[in-house]
Amino acid sequence: MCLAVPGQIVDIFEAHGTRMAKLDFGGIQKQVCLAYLPDAVVGDYAIVHVGFAISRIDEASAQETLRQFRELGILEEELGEATPEQYAAPHGESCDVVAP
Amino acid sequence: MKYLAEFRDGDIAQKLAADIRAITTRPWAIMEVCGGQTHSILRNGIDQLLPPEVELIHGPGCPVCVTPLDMIDKALAIAALPGVIFTSFGDMLRVPGSEKDLFRVKSEGGDVRIVYSPLDAVQIARENPAKQVVFFGIGFETTAPANAMAVHLAKREGLGNFSMLVSHVLVPPAIDAIMSAPGNRVQAFLAAGHVCSVMGFWQYPPLATRHAVPIVITGFEPLDVLEGIRRTVQCLETADYRVDNAYARVVTFDGNAPAQALLAEVFTVTDRAWRGIGVIPASGWRLSDAYADYDAEHRFDVGAIRTVESALCRAGEVLQGSIKPSQCEAFGTQCTPRTPLGATMVSSEGACAAYFNYGRFHTLERATVG
Repeated sequence: MCLAVPGQIVDIFEAHGTRMAKLDFGGIQKQVCLAYLPDAVVGDYAIVHVGFAISRIDEASAQETLRQFRELGILEEELGEATPEQYAAPHGESCDVVAP
Repeated sequence: MKYLAEFRDGDIAQKLAADIRAITTRPWAIMEVCGGQTHSILRNGIDQLLPPEVELIHGPGCPVCVTPLDMIDKALAIAALPGVIFTSFGDMLRVPGSEKDLFRVKSEGGDVRIVYSPLDAVQIARENPAKQVVFFGIGFETTAPANAMAVHLAKREGLGNFSMLVSHVLVPPAIDAIMSAPGNRVQAFLAAGHVCSVMGFWQYPPLATRHAVPIVITGFEPLDVLEGIRRTVQCLETADYRVDNAYARVVTFDGNAPAQALLAEVFTVTDRAWRGIGVIPASGWRLSDAYADYDAEHRFDVGAIRTVESALCRAGEVLQGSIKPSQCEAFGTQCTPRTPLGATMVSSEGACAAYFNYGRFHTLERATVG
């Protein structure tokens, strides 16, 4: 719940009156809310938690963190890319994940 | 299982561990507050790199684990109502309530959906104006800004069909409560780096001074955790009771000002019950009066909730650091990730799940503190 994944801002746009961005997380791209980093620009790196950029981070640190997440096999999980099977209940039910 | 030594960082980790061994002269008990750090410690074998004098006590920083049972039961009741789409982070679906979990509600016909971000829940509300869309707003200060923004956008857009079941908890009051508890053994804290990325660490110096306890802001990666432990032991060995930022590449003293501004607008501090621990004064957030119309607890009358905790589950003692998960009689037998008795065995940040998944079935013999 409190992990955060670093990504690079590749595009900034408005949606529903809110500053949003497309971030690249080592090949996976996701839309992220940029409201809490109002000064961020394309090319910056930020760490993202539940779809929100919460802090800037330097490029070297970001790349190192992404490398470690990949090595540990938890990058997709932390980006909310889990499959329904990963959210299976002990008693057999599973739940569709709403596509962000 | 992958251990830290297998990575190219292994040499640096071994040097940090050697540094920790070299400066440790007596037993110390350090609490890592955050469940994400607990998992990093066990997944990477950091606990096995440390000298026997350094004991890590696993803290209550797992929002899924500490969400009170009556709030889980309210979620189950709301999710079962006709015309409701109940949305939640995935971790919450397997947390046992008094009688069932959200997965069971879904299998019985409830419209329960996992979302990655609370903004996804707002989008569902936009797309389903005839339905009541409820988001389960749990988490610490890291997650709260996202949830605050979701409610803020819903109000701004006049989305009358969106509401949030709020059960937010705060780290500094928990540290205060732990240090004030009778029989407390914790002598230092690794503070949660991403909580501090939002809130800064201006709240921590008074705690460090009042309780004579070092607090070191620490990240999540193996080397971050080891460096946090090294600095913490250094502070303990020199009786230096201060706040140290070992995660400066992400955390500043002031934190994220825009996030804190919206948190202050959307939420109000309240007493909060922590599952397994009890009520901690001023340790949570509820929606402020200006956003009360978006409070699912007000919007839905789910009747009298009568909670029933598992008689076998000792998650409360685990969350308080009183016992290690492997000291619970049900651990690994009646209670496993496939048949969890409590939230600490369910959550990706729960200490019991970490002990099970990373094979800590026996408690390490430690030097006695004191």
